[in-house]
Amino acid sequence: MLKVHNLSVNYRGTEALNSVSLAIHAGELVGLIGPNGAGKSTLLKALLGLVAMHAGQVLFEERPLVHQRQRVAYVPQRSQIDWDYPVTAWNVVMMARTVRTGWLRSPNPRSRQAVEAAMQRLGVWDLRDRQIGELSGGQQQRVFLARAIAQDADLFFFDEPFNAIDKTTEAVILDLLAELKAHDKTVLVCSHEWGQALNRYDRLLLLNQRLVADGDPQQVMTLDNIQRAYGENLQPSERPAEMPFFC
Amino acid sequence: MLDWLLEPLGYQFMRNALAVGLLVGVLCPIVGSYLIVQRMALLGDVIAHAVLPGLAIANFLRFNILLGSFVSGIFSTVLIAWIRTQTRVKVDAAMALTFSSFFSLGVLLLRVLGSRLDLMAILFGDILSVSRADVGRSLWVTLLLLLLVKLFYKELLFYTFDPAAAEAAGLPVHTIYYGMMAAITMTIIVGMQTVGVVLVIALLVGPATTAYLLVKQLHRMMLLGALLGVISSLGGMYISYYLDVPSGPAIALTSFAFFMLALLFSPRQGILTRRRPLRKP
Repeated sequence: MLKVHNLSVNYRGTEALNSVSLAIHAGELVGLIGPNGAGKSTLLKALLGLVAMHAGQVLFEERPLVHQRQRVAYVPQRSQIDWDYPVTAWNVVMMARTVRTGWLRSPNPRSRQAVEAAMQRLGVWDLRDRQIGELSGGQQQRVFLARAIAQDADLFFFDEPFNAIDKTTEAVILDLLAELKAHDKTVLVCSHEWGQALNRYDRLLLLNQRLVADGDPQQVMTLDNIQRAYGENLQPSERPAEMPFFC
Repeated sequence: MLDWLLEPLGYQFMRNALAVGLLVGVLCPIVGSYLIVQRMALLGDVIAHAVLPGLAIANFLRFNILLGSFVSGIFSTVLIAWIRTQTRVKVDAAMALTFSSFFSLGVLLLRVLGSRLDLMAILFGDILSVSRADVGRSLWVTLLLLLLVKLFYKELLFYTFDPAAAEAAGLPVHTIYYGMMAAITMTIIVGMQTVGVVLVIALLVGPATTAYLLVKQLHRMMLLGALLGVISSLGGMYISYYLDVPSGPAIALTSFAFFMLALLFSPRQGILTRRRPLRKP
């Protein structure tokens, strides 16, 4: 179980996250939503120790998560990557095995098998020798997911995996999320989605600096919660009052 | 033709200069590749100028000037990282500030401390000044850095491609960053003698950028870059010898000529050779 206690992050003098507490169980697929600038990516980064916490604690199975980073697979937003970097899809996926392989060593056959299996699983094996810039957006996303799978992690953080991808990739990702869930992995997905798509998550976390709501999608996406997170001006239009934000 | 090539080898200073040129030609593009893929090419220029205060102080104190340069160069990268992380100031502004202030301090110190170092030689390189000891030192630095690149290739690839994921996976990214800065600074100090602080960036960035247009993988970019680096470096020195021009500019322009050739004729990305999108009728 991933447990977060009173996590606060200050970013250059402004408050990015205020006392966020949450718990995610193994086998749970959790969506993290909120307006732009709500601190969604910052929360993922704070959990991983990539941005400094002002206060709080992040535990995975009762031990600090930063001490067991090998168990977390993190897929950053596509915009953080330079897609012109001279590297092939195979080498990107192989990065997952860097820490496990250890300093001064070359990847062993098991690592090669893990990389091949992950690339096969996500349908990018045939693209392994291509430079990543030559792939489509959806293919690039699948290469990054293959990297996450090849790491043999227990905890998965995905930052906007559904952003600007094709239908095939969306289906592949959904299938993968279901599989991870079935294998009792803990999955946290930061997302911009809206409407029906949110029903795919077991639970939603609605964030705007603070945790505004935490519960199953129907409970979270109420008009009251949405207005608290996105501002009072947001009005539902032509939707039944009890389910204002589902299509 | 053979005479033309062999004649300069009759002089000890040219043999030394060509030996260092060969080493620098291999080393600069390999280390410089890391700057290019991180979009930090100008950082090489900053460090090259930032070594000057250390050089001036070490010279005044009769201390090892290479060590002085090294400390000063590293200090500039620490300052840039500090400005960037502690404030809203972006990396380009932090680099420009550090560059100009360190360089000014260096020029000032050279004057105030009454140094007899030749500023022009420091700025533009002086192949006449390369001694046998310099060749030996350059050889050791080159071998050391090539070995380190080979040993830590997979970690450096991960870090330079996706620093956030590399840190999340538990790689010691700060150590890697400063290790890389130290390697770049050492490379610059070795390169300084032949091309000078103003133009060492040409060898760090030129051949590797040309290779970047031609190949798809980092290690190939390094290998092809090293080949082009050697040709540019040696070619530039022959031009310098026969036309009696400073070695630095001759090397920098030779390297740029290769870049222009690749830019125009690269099979995939050449302006004259790449496939154009079909025009609509």
